[in-house]
Amino acid sequence: MQTELEDTIAEFQDRKIADRNLKNRTKDIPGWGMDADPENDPTYPMKHWNGADHERLNYEKAPQQPLDMEVLHSVERPGVTRVFGTSSPPTGLSGAIRRYAYQYSEATATHWMTLILADRINVIEGKLSDLTHGILPNPWIERGWRAEWKHNRPAFIRKAATTGLLITAGLLLLKRKNKRK
Amino acid sequence: MLAMNFRGPRQIRLDRNKPEPEIKHPYDAIVRVTRSLICGSDLHLYHGRVPDTRVGMTFGHEFTGVVEAVGSGVQKLKVGDHVLVPFNVACGSCPHCKQELYGNCNESNPQATAVGGFFGYAHTGGGYDGGQAEYVRVPYADVSPTIIPAGMDLENAVLLTDVVPTGYQAAEQGGIHKGDTVVVFGAGPVGLMAARFAWFFGAARVIVIDHVDYRLEFARKFAFAEAYNYRDMKDPVLFVKKATDYFGADVCIDAVGCDASGSALQDITGKGLLLQAGSATALHWAINSVKKGGIVSIIGVYGPPWNLAPIGSLMNKGITIRANQASVKRLLPKLIDHIMSGRINPKEMITHRIPLEDVSDAYRMFSSKLDHIIKPLLIPPRANAA
Repeated sequence: MQTELEDTIAEFQDRKIADRNLKNRTKDIPGWGMDADPENDPTYPMKHWNGADHERLNYEKAPQQPLDMEVLHSVERPGVTRVFGTSSPPTGLSGAIRRYAYQYSEATATHWMTLILADRINVIEGKLSDLTHGILPNPWIERGWRAEWKHNRPAFIRKAATTGLLITAGLLLLKRKNKRK
Repeated sequence: MLAMNFRGPRQIRLDRNKPEPEIKHPYDAIVRVTRSLICGSDLHLYHGRVPDTRVGMTFGHEFTGVVEAVGSGVQKLKVGDHVLVPFNVACGSCPHCKQELYGNCNESNPQATAVGGFFGYAHTGGGYDGGQAEYVRVPYADVSPTIIPAGMDLENAVLLTDVVPTGYQAAEQGGIHKGDTVVVFGAGPVGLMAARFAWFFGAARVIVIDHVDYRLEFARKFAFAEAYNYRDMKDPVLFVKKATDYFGADVCIDAVGCDASGSALQDITGKGLLLQAGSATALHWAINSVKKGGIVSIIGVYGPPWNLAPIGSLMNKGITIRANQASVKRLLPKLIDHIMSGRINPKEMITHRIPLEDVSDAYRMFSSKLDHIIKPLLIPPRANAA
């Protein structure tokens, strides 16, 4: 496999290089810094710029939350954050797809589209898991049809009738096709 | 405990036996939820538009609660404190938090660098279970959670966790000058607050554009705005141009995000085929409606990876875009003052108070805009437990 440039770049050197340049190189660059304007800050007042961006590696970090479960993390950061959510660790086929997705950066369609695919597969896994635990789907409640019935009855009936008609028409067509065979 | 449980797009169940959260980190607190809201951005999750939204997750990033337990490192909060919990999970010490960008914390979301950590907002938001439940784990408890001031109505307090600061920041990002004409696309709760706060920055005219008549009527009363239905227009951009002397609005605010209606092309490519991260209709209108050299403030939520927007007009018109998740902690002192002094009373937006047990109905009502709903509040059964 070809080694990409991003696999060879030295990490955590940015501030060292910047400091070295500030110390040694900028005096030889005509015009360096002469138009710098601290008031030119479109992020104000949302951001109170105080130079912390340039101290990006030297901030006080909280203790690490114990990694007692699988936590996927973006390849655009060096590791897991000091705290993380524990809602739903990756499992099953959707989990395997998520692991694949997290090999790609957040700039890629592969990352996000693969995650959406994993989400949809996860829904099927959820249904199967429900069935194995004796939980039957209850669309009346889970899909909020009860609320539609209460507050939007005519439209709900119309939609249900249209869906019913389309399904019936589809089934009849299928039956006809099978008969011809 | 009782908790909302995501089962797939437009499918939600109430879990009756979800395990109660535990302290996982010395800076954690466990909070018993007293009030919880459904946010317009929860609907993006509900509709299945945010990647890495896993089955079994509990949503909810707008909640208040009573501290039931604290980790060994928590110093400011104590058991029994009644707190409002900003939706941002923020460490308080990374370079972003140190510069008051609490919505962009570097130490709260392992899954994505594009967003900070948020409660109940998919694994793209850090994988934290949210507040549409009886109990929540609250990391970095000393940083953002704030004790509810004595005398503050609980419903106003819970609105301070997101919608009020988010609406305020939408207006703030607009860089509004005294005398400006401000156009707000979207009359949902955030758009209403943005319109209301545009006056605080000195706007001389505030125009709200949406397609839901009862919300437009509410915008006229609550936000003192001119309000128009884009379905009564052939072209909303032309409408704004004509309304602003063919100059364009000074500031446009996109308070809709990826669930926008109004353009068949955007609907089909964004919401139907998922070729873009939802529909960018409001952003498109905002960029085209603002004056040359104007400012577009984006507060509506868009998912990754991209959207169709007129970048050429952005450059050629010299438009500045300002956008971010609200930095709730930064804005709280000012907004608490606005509420306590009576200048705003955001709880007027809460139209429905619904038991947590009926969370599926609440989502459907909010999503389908049933029963003239503006903002639904969920009340857990143990909200008033001693």
